[in-house]
Amino acid sequence: MLEIKNLSARSEDTEILKGINLSVKAGEVHAIMGPNGSGKSTLAHVLAGREDYEVTSGEVTYEGQDLLAMEIEERAAEGVFLAYQYPVEIPGVSNKYFLKAAINSIRKYQKQPLIKTSEFLDLLKSNLAKLGMDKEMMERSVNEGFSGGEKKRNEILQMAMLQPKLALLDETDSGLDIDALKIVAEGVNALRSPERAIVVVTHYQRLLDYIVPDFVHVLSGGKIVRSGDRTLALELESQGYAFLEAETASA
Amino acid sequence: MSSETAMLEAYSKREYKHGFVTDIDADTIPPGLSEDVVRLISLKKGEPEWLLEWRLKAFRHWQSMEEPTWPHVSYPEIKYGDMIYYSAPKQKPLLDSLDQVDPKLLETYEKLGIPIEEQKALAGVAVDAVFDSVSIATTYKKTLEDAGVIFCPFSEAVHSHPELIRKYLGSVVPAGDNYFAALNSAVFSDGSFCYIPEGVRCPLELSTYFRINAQNTGQFERTLIVAEKGAYVSYLEGCTAPKRDENQLHAAVVELVAAEDAQIKYSTVQNWYPGDEDGKGGIYNFVTKRGACRGDRSKISWTQVETGSAITWKYPSVILQGDDSVGEFYSVAVTANHQQADTGTKMIHLGKNTKSTIISKGISAGVGQNSYRGLVKIQKNATNARNFSQCDSLLIGDKCGAHTFPYIEVRNTSSQVEHEASTSKVGEDQIYYCRQRGIPTEDAVNMIVNGFCKEVYQELPMEFAVEARKLLSISLEGSVG
Ligand SMILES: Nc1ncnc2c1ncn2[C@@H]1O[C@H](COP(=O)(O)OP(=O)(O)OP(=O)(O)O)[C@@H](O)[C@H]1O
Ligand SMILES: [Mg+2]
Repeated sequence: MLEIKNLSARSEDTEILKGINLSVKAGEVHAIMGPNGSGKSTLAHVLAGREDYEVTSGEVTYEGQDLLAMEIEERAAEGVFLAYQYPVEIPGVSNKYFLKAAINSIRKYQKQPLIKTSEFLDLLKSNLAKLGMDKEMMERSVNEGFSGGEKKRNEILQMAMLQPKLALLDETDSGLDIDALKIVAEGVNALRSPERAIVVVTHYQRLLDYIVPDFVHVLSGGKIVRSGDRTLALELESQGYAFLEAETASA
Repeated sequence: MSSETAMLEAYSKREYKHGFVTDIDADTIPPGLSEDVVRLISLKKGEPEWLLEWRLKAFRHWQSMEEPTWPHVSYPEIKYGDMIYYSAPKQKPLLDSLDQVDPKLLETYEKLGIPIEEQKALAGVAVDAVFDSVSIATTYKKTLEDAGVIFCPFSEAVHSHPELIRKYLGSVVPAGDNYFAALNSAVFSDGSFCYIPEGVRCPLELSTYFRINAQNTGQFERTLIVAEKGAYVSYLEGCTAPKRDENQLHAAVVELVAAEDAQIKYSTVQNWYPGDEDGKGGIYNFVTKRGACRGDRSKISWTQVETGSAITWKYPSVILQGDDSVGEFYSVAVTANHQQADTGTKMIHLGKNTKSTIISKGISAGVGQNSYRGLVKIQKNATNARNFSQCDSLLIGDKCGAHTFPYIEVRNTSSQVEHEASTSKVGEDQIYYCRQRGIPTEDAVNMIVNGFCKEVYQELPMEFAVEARKLLSISLEGSVG
């Protein structure tokens, strides 16, 4: 589904990603871990198309297409979804309106008829219930005045409504209380299917108890320095990232 | 600079869709301004002597005045002597039936989407169409007459209802009130007159559509609305003009009078030609609008959506004389490209328990400059008066500006004034977030801008809210991506 080859990217003044290789197949769940500032969010944003970064080398194929050549909204309409580490506030635009606009924009791109209001409301109601969210929140402006945890939950609601093929979740667990973590994990697991893939960025093994990954990668200094199965996450939990440096130094 | 910034900056390359010129024979007087010109205008309209005297007095006063320089706008000197002060399509201005209207004029309004043939008209809206200096058609006359409502061209009212005109003309905005009001009083051409008798709820929305067509011509219309005891009226004006390289002056005066328990709701969708991308041409919209809540419990609300004009200078105001009277001002003002706006309101509280609300939304894009200027004045006897003001600015791109100049004077201790202000930017991160959810840039900007203006749109009559939304998205069209 997603094939990243030797991907390097920079911001205006610094090299951040330095040759990433990663292959994600449909049906898989990958976890990306790594120290602060190692480039995890940057990788997610480069895949989503954020224009603050310049891709200096490498290529990314998504469902057989050149992902990097696509516009941001095209990627979204083709099923790429990013749950933001820092969700953005849009004053004056209600969550409900925003969700409907997003669904209809994607439908328009896919040349499908627009969603019926009743269908939309039913879908919204059932997803709100699943995520334990108050329906009154949908009348409020997008993320405005939402608590940290509410914002994260709102990202998952959007994901549930848009049903993406490739979901990139950037630290969706941070800021969530324990009950919310379970609820959000259930929301993510509900999306798991043989046609979809999920990439979760996290600092904590705890999330991976709920969303069990097929692969775990460690990103450090803009490179994937280790990959393994879920036991790698447990190893990191007990030993931290120090051993990585020792390893890379001795290699 | 990221490409999103570039897109936001490009956010002002719009097309003006009403820029065509109607080729029609006109009765146009030579350029220039003098007492003789004032006399000529009055003569052409067959006005009574008192009105000519009123004009001449205003003209002499104007000559002694200086153009104001305090607004936060800049423009080259206006050459009042080079302007034409009267131009009318050649035909009898007073018509009994639309069959007598020049088809070219009907076509013009058709093209503008303003239906003046009644069978095509918006249900429930009576329209008066003013083309350059004269009113060319008023629809639904019969329905209104049956209700006792007078709605006709100003120049017609001078003859048919001289006592009302004499009583109210200049009673809210005196002839010498300010430079542009004085000029208007001297040379005003036409406009609309509405009179709603006691206890009548006007059965239709009233609407005047102003169109500037002729070149080098100033438009100086005058609107007077009087709502007697317990009457209600909702009035809307719309405006467009052809694309021309020269600037054209539009200096109108609007006076509203509300008696006891009367309500006047006045909405404006202003879309005069704003000039081109480089700031060439466009209308100077220097307008004086004022309402007087004369009676107890009367109410006047101004709602304006200002998307056009090269320069806008206007402060629709309410004088709250009656006890428990209410004044409201809801405004959306857009400045894109090189447009400039200095607009706001004045709420003058004189009566007890008077209340005013000000909601102003300024949107700046391109190198547009948008200023809010508002005065809230609460006099000594206006005990328990209340004002709430909220002035929000939205910036699109980083070459535009927003400014707020609130003036507050409170002369008693029982009154309360609340003022809130905010400035926000349509951020690249917001656009990125929307696009990541599948919403293309242009739609995202429209969504954010509409969200920003929501409180004002709610105040517009339904059909016009839809119109305003469309207009706004046109004025910001092409500005992104
Ligand atoms: N737009 C930018 N301009 C300049 N530097 C940037 C930009 N974006 C990211 N960086 C830098 O690149 C590095 C990687 O940032 P990134 O946000 O990808 O880290 P991360 O792995 O997600 O960290 P965390 O775990 O703290 O979220 C950091 O040093 C950051 O300061
Ligand atoms: Mg991060």
